[in-house]
Amino acid sequence: MLELKNISWKAEDGADILKDVSFVVPDNKFVVITGPNGGGKTTTAKLIAGLMAPTSGQIIFDGTDITKLGATERAKTGIGYAFQQPVRFKGITVRELIEMAAGKALNEADICHALTEVGLCANEYADREVNASLSGGEIKRIEIATVLARHTELSVFDEPEAGIDLWSFTNLIEIFTRHRESRKGSMLVVSHQERLLNIADEIIVIADGKVTKQGTREEILPTLFTTGKACKSCPKQGN
Amino acid sequence: MNETTRELLKIVSDMDGEPGPNVAYNIREDSGCAGRQSSEHIKITPKKDKPGIDITIAAGTKSENVYIPACVTHSAVSDVAYNDFFIGDGAEVTIVAGCGVHSDGHEDAQHNGIHRFFIGKNARVVYLEKHIGTGKGAGKRIINPETYVEMDENSYMEMNTTQIGGVDSTKRDTGAKLAANAKMVIRERLLTDGEQEAETKFTVEMNGEDSSIDLISRSVARGYSKQILYSNIAGNAKCSGHSECDAIIMDHGTVNAIPGLLANHIDAALIHEAAIGKIAGEQILKLKTLGLTEKEAEEKIVNGFLK
Repeated sequence: MLELKNISWKAEDGADILKDVSFVVPDNKFVVITGPNGGGKTTTAKLIAGLMAPTSGQIIFDGTDITKLGATERAKTGIGYAFQQPVRFKGITVRELIEMAAGKALNEADICHALTEVGLCANEYADREVNASLSGGEIKRIEIATVLARHTELSVFDEPEAGIDLWSFTNLIEIFTRHRESRKGSMLVVSHQERLLNIADEIIVIADGKVTKQGTREEILPTLFTTGKACKSCPKQGN
Repeated sequence: MNETTRELLKIVSDMDGEPGPNVAYNIREDSGCAGRQSSEHIKITPKKDKPGIDITIAAGTKSENVYIPACVTHSAVSDVAYNDFFIGDGAEVTIVAGCGVHSDGHEDAQHNGIHRFFIGKNARVVYLEKHIGTGKGAGKRIINPETYVEMDENSYMEMNTTQIGGVDSTKRDTGAKLAANAKMVIRERLLTDGEQEAETKFTVEMNGEDSSIDLISRSVARGYSKQILYSNIAGNAKCSGHSECDAIIMDHGTVNAIPGLLANHIDAALIHEAAIGKIAGEQILKLKTLGLTEKEAEEKIVNGFLK
């Protein structure tokens, strides 16, 4: 179980990006963090993965305070993290990156399994470099494969839908749906996408650096898309 | 062949002792010859007027390898070899030409290999060259290769050169002249550390119509090492040239990339790309999130980059 206790984070320019954020990600749950852009969702994900340190507050993972641990130690304690904008490497192949993620050499069947999970064929992709020749959708799937290959207790995905085309997006939803059903461990996904919210066990809304809503999908989802701010006089309808 | 040569050969040529029968090779050891063999299609003969050999590959030779490694196994050796390759029309050959320099003493150990290639029409050549310095002596390990290539019509040459470490000083000078439809591919990999210095210079002239060059250099400068990379491409006909210099600098290493593109013909299409910088912080972070330490991440990134 992951617990954030009163987490705050101040940017270098002094802006308060997160203000006293607290929530729990229970074991074996699919939790989606959503909310407006610039509200602090990605910052929250990076703080959990240890890419940044909070200004104040505590992060507890399975009863251990991991607030002061760096990214390497967090990864070793069982936290996986998929970047919103996956990193590219000249010279490192897909196979090598997945082996680094798994922490061991993998045979062809293992590599094939890891790539099939994200809808890619090992014959075509295993020996390709993780460089600029991969499309946005391809590298996103490889990024997700590196996280799934780690079999961590908690996997954090930062806007998996960002920067990919519609066709890839449909496949992406399938990946998460499949994992939601056969999962071992929790998944925490930062997303705006209704289709990901639709498969969430729990939803956390972060806006303006604060948790504004938190609860089960049934409780939160109906409240998300009723802003009452629709245009009253639509020119197209001639009103 | 002494033990040091045997060890160096494993690194620079992937050879474990002499190659089998029917494989042409010449093993140069401390300015002498530690083994030589011609094959049916590949003749190796020593030069009469200066140190070195002539390697003559018969026209039409198919998929053969020739090994010509050179080793310097102790300090106070300054070796020079003049090796000329005459590659017949339509021949297909892989030339493995590694160089290892070992020094445990106070004086320098040096090898200067001067290679000339005369590549016939429609011939295909793959040239593999690994350089390494070993030993703990204070004497410097120095390798200065000079390579000159003449490519006839419709020929192909791929040059893969790698300096994998331990060489204190290197000056590499490569020149090539390409006739019509000749295609040259150069891949250079260079790693320097400590106080090492490396200078590499490519000068390629595309003289024939539809000739092309693709030159990609990747290098890593660590410690206080210094690198200078010149890539000069001249298009004297309708042709296409591409050069790319990617370098990672670490610690206090420096890299100076100096491209030169000279278009002497209206249909010469020449491109140069260069990127020099430290390892991107995001790359380190990504590998950390996979459980690697910063040092492990750096090593993986550098090894992949230079692969």
